[in-house]
Amino acid sequence: MATPCKYDWPAPEKRKLIGKRIKRIDGGMKSSGQAKYSFDINRPGMLFAKVVRCPYAHAKITSVDTSEAEKMPGVKAVRVIQGPGKEIQWEGDEIAAVAATSEEAAEDAARKIKVAYEQMPFLVKEEDLSGASGFTKPAVTEKAGDPDGAFQGSDVVISEGYYGIPVITHCCLETHGQVAEWTDPENLKVWASTQGVSAIGGQFAEGMKISPNNVNIICNYVGGGFGSKFAADRWGLACAGLSKDAEGKAVKLMLERNAELLVAGARPSAYAKVKVGAKKDGTLVAWQSESWGTGGVGGSGVPPIPYVFHDKFPNRARTHTFVSTNIGPSRAWRAPNHPQAALITMSAFEDLAAKLNMDPIEFLMKNADLAPNAVLAKTYREELTKAAELADWKKNWHPRGDKTSGHIKRGMGVSMHTWGGAPHNGKCQVTIQPDGSVEVKTGSQDLGTGTRTVINIVVAETLGLPLEAVKVMIGDSHYPPDGPSGGSTTVGGVSGHTRRGSVNARDALFAVVAPSLGSKPEDLEAVDGHVRVKGNATKSLTWKQACAKLGVKPVVAEGEQARNSPCKLNDSGVGGVQIADVSVDTETGIVKMNRIIAVQDCGLIIDMKTAESQVYGALIMGVSYALYEEKIMDHQTGRMLNPNMEFYKLATIADVGDFTVHMMTGPGYDERGVIGLGEPPVISPGAAISNAVANAIGVRVPTLPLTPDKVLAALEKA
Amino acid sequence: MKGKKAKPQKMKAEKLALTRRDFLRGAGVAVSGGMLVGGQTLAQAAPAPDTDILGPGSVPITLKINGAAHQLSVEPRVTLLDALRNQLDITGAKRVCDRGTCGACTMIVDGKAIYACSMLAIEAQGHNITTIESFSHGDHLDPVMSAFWDNDAQQCGFCTPGFMMACKEFVTKHPHAKLEEVNEGLSGNICRCGTYHGLKQAALDASKGARSAKA
Amino acid sequence: MQPFEYARPTTKENAVKLLGSNWDDAEVLAGGTDLLDRTKDFVSSPKRVVSLHAVKEFQTVKVSAGEGLSIGCMVTLNDLAHNAQVRRAYPVLVDVANDVGSPQIRNVGTVGGNLCQRPRCWYYRAGYGLLAQDNGKPLVPDGDNRYHAILGNDGPAYFVSPSSMAVVLIALDAKVKLLGPDGPREMPLDQFYVIPKSTDDREHALKPNEIVTEVTVPPLHGAKTGWYSVEQKEGLDWPLVQAAAVLHMSGKTVKSARIVLGHVAPTPWPSPEAGEAMAGKSITEESADAAGKAAVSKASPLSKNKYKVQLARVAVKRAIMKAAQGGREEHEEA
Repeated sequence: MATPCKYDWPAPEKRKLIGKRIKRIDGGMKSSGQAKYSFDINRPGMLFAKVVRCPYAHAKITSVDTSEAEKMPGVKAVRVIQGPGKEIQWEGDEIAAVAATSEEAAEDAARKIKVAYEQMPFLVKEEDLSGASGFTKPAVTEKAGDPDGAFQGSDVVISEGYYGIPVITHCCLETHGQVAEWTDPENLKVWASTQGVSAIGGQFAEGMKISPNNVNIICNYVGGGFGSKFAADRWGLACAGLSKDAEGKAVKLMLERNAELLVAGARPSAYAKVKVGAKKDGTLVAWQSESWGTGGVGGSGVPPIPYVFHDKFPNRARTHTFVSTNIGPSRAWRAPNHPQAALITMSAFEDLAAKLNMDPIEFLMKNADLAPNAVLAKTYREELTKAAELADWKKNWHPRGDKTSGHIKRGMGVSMHTWGGAPHNGKCQVTIQPDGSVEVKTGSQDLGTGTRTVINIVVAETLGLPLEAVKVMIGDSHYPPDGPSGGSTTVGGVSGHTRRGSVNARDALFAVVAPSLGSKPEDLEAVDGHVRVKGNATKSLTWKQACAKLGVKPVVAEGEQARNSPCKLNDSGVGGVQIADVSVDTETGIVKMNRIIAVQDCGLIIDMKTAESQVYGALIMGVSYALYEEKIMDHQTGRMLNPNMEFYKLATIADVGDFTVHMMTGPGYDERGVIGLGEPPVISPGAAISNAVANAIGVRVPTLPLTPDKVLAALEKA
Repeated sequence: MKGKKAKPQKMKAEKLALTRRDFLRGAGVAVSGGMLVGGQTLAQAAPAPDTDILGPGSVPITLKINGAAHQLSVEPRVTLLDALRNQLDITGAKRVCDRGTCGACTMIVDGKAIYACSMLAIEAQGHNITTIESFSHGDHLDPVMSAFWDNDAQQCGFCTPGFMMACKEFVTKHPHAKLEEVNEGLSGNICRCGTYHGLKQAALDASKGARSAKA
Repeated sequence: MQPFEYARPTTKENAVKLLGSNWDDAEVLAGGTDLLDRTKDFVSSPKRVVSLHAVKEFQTVKVSAGEGLSIGCMVTLNDLAHNAQVRRAYPVLVDVANDVGSPQIRNVGTVGGNLCQRPRCWYYRAGYGLLAQDNGKPLVPDGDNRYHAILGNDGPAYFVSPSSMAVVLIALDAKVKLLGPDGPREMPLDQFYVIPKSTDDREHALKPNEIVTEVTVPPLHGAKTGWYSVEQKEGLDWPLVQAAAVLHMSGKTVKSARIVLGHVAPTPWPSPEAGEAMAGKSITEESADAAGKAAVSKASPLSKNKYKVQLARVAVKRAIMKAAQGGREEHEEA
């Protein structure tokens, strides 16, 4: 083993908190409704803002008349956000905004704003690529090896299929928005619902033409983001502008639910025609795919297919086409591009395995060496084995098509995935006061992932203190900057810099305390609320006694997580295997979840409880997008037909079935250090559920969501 | 925003603006001799001598919330949810779907869980309104809240108060809850982060807790 | 939402007087779960909202052996579902009341409100009118009609009737009492629903100044009753298709059957074809399926809702089989 570095994670036998099952520290605030979200901020004399939105998918603004609105009772400010001449590319885009003394007054006034448009041609449907001519752009053409030749191999079995996943939305329960207030003519304070407390201040500063030093972002709690809340956004700047126009009065502008679904984030679609071939023993030899998708006017992301095995796949060719549509702007959605890639690839693999009469888990095992590296290949084998064991796969799985009588057919399907999860950069400040109190500050945010809890555990563990002895302060851009929470980077980032920061603070304390213990700083340890000489429990001070030695000078230490920070506290690159178990009513086409088994690695786990919660949550989001979610567009009007939570369907508690989550820990995993977890478990549910349905009913339902109409159509075709 | 294409509605708004200027705001006006807000047709057709016509401007109302009477002034169109959030700074209940679908605004009125986004504030007068704020006092948490915390039945936490309130009503009515009943009883609420696994156990635990507390 | 006046009459006569002679004048407020959705979306912009909550007589349920059942319009679905007498005499009504919406909706949603709620067609709710027309062009036939009508859909209406209670109540031969300025009138509930033929029409027989005051249901006389709802989600979700079956038996043979489909047409859809298919038969999977097949024999699906034909057929079959299993007569015979 290499020489320990001073910031290394404590050895397994020394960990008192890390890896344990610890309740999230802000759970009481949330369960009791006391947590204040940006939506809940009420400031003295606060105004409410309402936005006028474009009703067309594509139009040019010819005039905006706000005169009548300005005269409405209670109106304090009116702003045109996009004016005459501007080309609007999606329904719901912001045209103007009004701030008034009540929500009702703001809405009444907003409806008095007259906007004239010249309507323009639009495209809002992309599944049928032939209907999208003129709106497409080649995005990727790739070729490796000799796919044509490989497909012609004498012992090669080929499966061809069509698979797809539509545009879905984030549907954050706390809509996007903020309260903005000019505390004086130069200084702007924004309570924003954001994933980037330390990141968006600059955007407000630029928009308002002030120094970033004069912007303070606050976000103590955020009601969901999932990748859609990284920017100040047009409405954010409008809100700050309205506040400025209204003499600095606080203005609350939170999106209405329909706007949230229209404009605040669409996950790109992906559709693909796939041809994949393997030898009779299951060895994959060739892949060919034509895929396309949309993520709004700008096109779409590119799903990395064939998924997981992409880089090492021997013979492969693919094209991907962007379709430019007027469905609204795309935003990163938890594991961008991966759920799409998993659905396309794992469905194609499962169909091929069925054609080979092969158990799909054996099929994936057989090809596991195509994983990007040996670590992952080993991980997949272990996880496939564990998942199969937890699912009692050998006993419960059957070849394609449940042959039992009756109209309820049961089936199981498997999928696997990968994600990076390297830490983001960030800093913290750890302060130890002479009275023994400890606080840690970082400009981070807790999306519900457990950021506060993770920080608390790391600092308390490092200082040998109970959790309650550490005060965790996040959600304020005046704290040392932390990276935005996206791409599963936060737990790695904050655990890295708070470990370093608290080690630095501890060592500074040791330097002061050492003489009074007749020892050297490097011989001290902080354990169980004491500072003591290693191996000599009699030479010991309580934490309070030790801190009292600081006199009047607190210890203030910095911690930083950067790309080349010393000591390896993190890693990247995880696997993950999931098995879905479903029942399908073949008379109604309705799919019911029985269970999902998820086996997931993420290196060293800081808090087992919130880590498992991340996986449960991802699986449940997965059930929603597998069975229900779709941004349904009308090709006649260009409008979204379900910008509400009634027909933009999300799973309820009664729809999700049971879950078994197993986190891979111990040797081979822990020593990798911390790896992010938010994205990976949300990647596979769609594919695993689709495969389970195919296994149950004996035929593939090509596209998500797996709605009754599609299930019945697939059965009819079979 | 959805209806902004429909032109007739704009005309209505103009008419109403007129009537709003013409009539007293902020007071209930007892109807006499066909004097009515909202256009001549309605006035002639509807002499109802015993009934007060309130609004459309602000009206003083009294709401009994968590045992205390609150006086406020609302237009009849204001929902119970918005009145509490915007005027009384009672923000535990959240506005999420605003269309009676997601349960984030759940309050308990006269012992029954309701969607506060779908009830007018003015209609809630004379009823006992209970919000999540009544179940925590300083550090003391209600047993249902503790069950939520223990089972990590929350992630971002935005749906949590609504679930808490739905669960609160549920456990009083189901002191021996089975999983199937939990699924039915909490099916009027939606979580986006996916906390249902913890919620199920929390509701079962809370139901047990309610049982032992009663015993 | 547009501002409106608010009135809370204490008598039904006053309630009616407070309504206007045009639809735009006033809306009746019962549970509020549909009305507030519509006002928020500017689908309805009444000048006045008349709350029926203070009219005490609207809140009563009466069950008598000879007369049958009477339900006041303001009885909540939850109260109906927990009424012990109703549970004994009309278990199918309890089943359906318990299935509407969610616990929170059932706590405030009323029987009258359930019957009078407006359709959920997404074009209608987006401001294109009940007939879903954009400058006179019907949007449903070429649009996304996955949730629209498969029966009674030869135009210009394509939406589906959203009431679950109506499906069962019509199968039970319920009547509805209306009150207007000229006094009360009564009609069979299935005649209350009409398919609008022009943009001025509504989907029911109410005049702007009328309200539904009461629903009456005749005694069951031992008929077997069953109801089935096809919903994609177990939790709060709109039904895709529903069916109710009331089977009058003579021994093991169905003497006559009343089968009604829901969420398939602009009105609840009684299916005499399905009823005739059951008459003279004993209840088996085969006869029930034949009735389901008969129920959809005249269905003409739109471009995206062919699956609803299959769902309707299955719903009828399952409603009949549920009636066979849950009917009290079977136990009495046994």
